[in-house]
Amino acid sequence: MSSTTSGGRGTFAPAPGAAPLVRMVRAQARMETRLLLRNGEQLLLAVVVPLVVLVGGITAARHLDLSFSHSPVDTLTPGVLALAVMSTAFTSLAIATGFERRYGVLKRLGASPLPRSGLLAGKVGALLVVEVLQVVVIGAAALLLGWSPALTAAGVPGALATGVLGTAAFASLGLFLAGALRAEATLAAANLVYLLLMAGGAVVFPSGSYGRAGPVLSALPSGALGAGMRTALLGGGFPLVPLLVLAGWTVVGTLLTARTFKWE
Amino acid sequence: MRYGETVAVDGLSLEVARGSITAVLGPNGAGKTTTLETCEGYRTPHQGRVRVLGLDPEARRRELLPRIGVMLQSGGAWSGVRAVEMLRHIAALHAHPLDVDMLVDRLGLASCGRTPYRRLSGGQQQRLSLAMAVVGRPELVFVDEPTAGMDPQARRTTWELLEELRHDGVTTVLTTHYMDEAERLADHVHVIDRGRLIASGTPFELTRASGSSTIRLVVTEPFPASAPASLQAALGEGTVVQPVNEHSLLITGPADAGTLATVSAWCDREGVLPESLTLGQRTLEDVFLQITGRELVR
Repeated sequence: MSSTTSGGRGTFAPAPGAAPLVRMVRAQARMETRLLLRNGEQLLLAVVVPLVVLVGGITAARHLDLSFSHSPVDTLTPGVLALAVMSTAFTSLAIATGFERRYGVLKRLGASPLPRSGLLAGKVGALLVVEVLQVVVIGAAALLLGWSPALTAAGVPGALATGVLGTAAFASLGLFLAGALRAEATLAAANLVYLLLMAGGAVVFPSGSYGRAGPVLSALPSGALGAGMRTALLGGGFPLVPLLVLAGWTVVGTLLTARTFKWE
Repeated sequence: MRYGETVAVDGLSLEVARGSITAVLGPNGAGKTTTLETCEGYRTPHQGRVRVLGLDPEARRRELLPRIGVMLQSGGAWSGVRAVEMLRHIAALHAHPLDVDMLVDRLGLASCGRTPYRRLSGGQQQRLSLAMAVVGRPELVFVDEPTAGMDPQARRTTWELLEELRHDGVTTVLTTHYMDEAERLADHVHVIDRGRLIASGTPFELTRASGSSTIRLVVTEPFPASAPASLQAALGEGTVVQPVNEHSLLITGPADAGTLATVSAWCDREGVLPESLTLGQRTLEDVFLQITGRELVR
């Protein structure tokens, strides 16, 4: 390959090259985090809804005299954290990605030096940053309400692993939705699924409170995420079975996404 | 200097010289965007071979992408992202990006730098898109309809930037359906229609080839009745002199220096004082009309 042109040395003289991968992923994660935090509806979903569920649940427990084996705040907070993870990893991610497809952002980034793996890594980074912020806000509110989590040697890593695998499972399913449907349909479906799982997916309340549907709900990613958080933070144990269920859903979601995702 | 690429849409074969501006010109649906997207590695050609900077744009996309800049016809940014924020993000993905503030100034985006993308005007979105294509200091930029929907001021700004890119050694391939854009900017024009190359050459070659230009001569005093015949005799074969009215004549033929010299000499000899001598350059628009029998309209 030879260049025989004079090629000026002016302002625009070519000097092409990709930034180092780490720098690209960091830039992408930072950008996506800013955009997620800038979006009012998604913040509502990420923080306000879980807080309302937490406070509402505690109030209801007090008034309705629900018989929990632990205090209402200890019983409900792990599930509310699970709900927060679900809202970000699934609903926010699906909606954001759906509109990225629609507005040609994925196409544009596809022509940039950022590889697809870097784009995914950036998205995961942004999800984790937002989730940490959610845990800080919701955790602080719960502590103010008297939460005393079981911080055991098995429970803490168990909760972290549940958060990470729950993120992976729901993110893969959210990307599947965003890659298969149009942006508006993704918006509707992601919100609907979130509401259905919040109400009947054994996230906030244990699957045992759903009667005969319990075992089925435990096999859902929502039920596994909630159960994992409760096992770890309420019982102080390591939630092996929920983690296996979440890992299974991650495999399913990743395969579905890899098969169907369209970048444009 | 062979450092170009071969592009296929429907038996379409064309090459691009390094450091030049090449325009792919054609009406909507001619296959301009498809041609570009094949070069950018978005599409797989069903047949044929594409090489961009010597690389297969699909198989070696990761190597190619940092070296090229892409301006999509529309979209390409988050709806809530601010204009300059978007540009900085694309810049951050490159090793030696241009100075973002300089580029923002050059393209007149400073006044809307903090405006969310969805509130930018069409022309502002276009200029931001162009800025994103060049910010990584590519060797080769593909720009799809760079000035569609721009006001005249923004068009001039865009043209000046593209000309400076050429000056600094960047190769540009642009699609357009504006004849004036191709004529003003391009070193080489490929006219395509329905996915096929129908004419190719410099704007000058295209507008001069296979046809004639016109010269309109307007004089201050009415011509004598014998004027058309005597000018025709002076010019000889290959040109046709037609009287338009008593003050003007239309000369159809090669609008070259020889013809002009003959016309001036004839004016001098006949003692007529020219008021204006206008070259009616054939435009690319005429070329397209002549080849396809259709007008190049949007």
